[in-house]
Amino acid sequence: MSEMRFSGSGGQGVITCAIILAQAAVAEGKNAIQSQAYGPAARGGSSKAEVIISDDAIYHPHVEAPDFVLAMTQEAADKYWHDLKDDGILLLDENLVPNPPAFAKTIRIPITHIAVSDIGKALFANIVALGATVRITGAVSYDVVAKCVADRVPPATVESNMKALKAGYDAADALMK
Amino acid sequence: MSKATLMQGNEAVALGAIEAGVRFFGGYPITPSTEIAEKMAELLPEVGGRFVQMEDEIASVGAVLGASLAGAKALTATSGPGFSLKQELIGYASEAEIPAVIVDVQRVGPATGQPTSPAQGDVMQARWGTHGDHPMIAISPWTVRECFDMGIEAVNLAERFRQPVILLMDEIVGHLRERVELPEKEDIVVYPRRKPKKTREEGYQPYAVGDDLVPDIADFGTGYRIHVTGLIHDETGFPSGSPAVTRKAIDRLHQKIMIAKDEVVKTESLLLDDAEYAVVAFGGTARTAYQAVLDARRKGVKIGMLRLRTIWPFAAEAVYEVARKVKGILVPELNYGQLVGEIERAAKGACPVELLAKYNAEIFTPAEIEEAIMAMVGGNK
Repeated sequence: MSEMRFSGSGGQGVITCAIILAQAAVAEGKNAIQSQAYGPAARGGSSKAEVIISDDAIYHPHVEAPDFVLAMTQEAADKYWHDLKDDGILLLDENLVPNPPAFAKTIRIPITHIAVSDIGKALFANIVALGATVRITGAVSYDVVAKCVADRVPPATVESNMKALKAGYDAADALMK
Repeated sequence: MSKATLMQGNEAVALGAIEAGVRFFGGYPITPSTEIAEKMAELLPEVGGRFVQMEDEIASVGAVLGASLAGAKALTATSGPGFSLKQELIGYASEAEIPAVIVDVQRVGPATGQPTSPAQGDVMQARWGTHGDHPMIAISPWTVRECFDMGIEAVNLAERFRQPVILLMDEIVGHLRERVELPEKEDIVVYPRRKPKKTREEGYQPYAVGDDLVPDIADFGTGYRIHVTGLIHDETGFPSGSPAVTRKAIDRLHQKIMIAKDEVVKTESLLLDDAEYAVVAFGGTARTAYQAVLDARRKGVKIGMLRLRTIWPFAAEAVYEVARKVKGILVPELNYGQLVGEIERAAKGACPVELLAKYNAEIFTPAEIEEAIMAMVGGNK
């Protein structure tokens, strides 16, 4: 069983990121569930999504001790890293989380910066993060995720999203070698 | 449709409703139910139906009742604050015997409370939110697949009994996405709109009933003269001040459902065969409760779970059967304590009934429920 949490601020797309990951797991024949929590504000409020992937039935719908946490803001990082498993991994947006929590296995990638500089818009940050997540967790295969992204996004943006996914994957790959 | 997909509970309700033949949605968006309206807005035009976003929740249920009287299977979806507003017309639908489904995706109350946060505080409102002696049907799903199934079931029950039906969801299941395989279309059973068995010339009376005590009220526009009122009425549909008619009318509203209770009241027994203790739970809380039951079993506690699919009418017989066999029942619910009173009443003192209440806008953890299970077991040693 793999428990993952995606956190940030409303509008950064962390829920979409989690949904696509769960879709990919289901497409691979695994059992997966995805839940989310957000405040009354659609933009700017705190936003959290969780994914559990398992070969067995999943009853309790929320993550209890994550194997992986993505934080796209300082607030989310401070709030959501504490219950990580000891051998879990914390992925941070390097620029948006200037003060990383004191967690042993922390990976810092300039996620939003990559989206702006390589793809042209901060809008793609969640797909950059998804690419990095796929490389770091190995929870689902890259090709299946790529297909799920392509199926979900507007047709005119498929190419940019594929670039974003690859950029995130490569950024994580460079750090993990 | 047999391929597994990731689907959200709210979306599954909309898909189920469409399969059941719903062709009208009148609604007003409110979190955590809004995805139902969004999905209906997308799907209804594709099947020749109508989606109308009304000016508020009262108008929404009014439009649903109007559409239903005109022959369309109809549904609306809301959350606590909107559910409160709809209560007057839910009573009207009960008295005038208009089929309608009202989905309430519960969130924290009272009032606007905590938007988008999980709670199960509308249990008693679902039963008694509208005034007077009315029967009520409310069903509550625990998985996304069951959201689809109950989307169909709620519509079928509404049509079968000509009765408002509450699909009592919670944020946990409404917003949950999980792997789901939907049934093949040919395996889906749909209850059709009831039609008059007599012509006007043969002496048709809209509120006359046969053995099942449910009237075959003609749809507007099908050539019959129909009068619909919230006043107590006789078989003609026109008001009557008679004490005898009044008593008969209220009796029949209840009896039409109670004589067919087995069709309506459903529970699921999980690991109860050898159980010495039991949890009784429903909706999203049942998921966490079942995890706690499995965890406690691993530690040697003989415990099972009775899951209430039907909330109203209350599954008193099933609860009593469990209470007779076990040494204690734990009732976890995301409210200050609502269903527990019904369970105590149904248990008739056969075993202790303990409440585990939570109302802080968070769901239970399996550890919290397991701890309460262990305390219940420990107290009996």
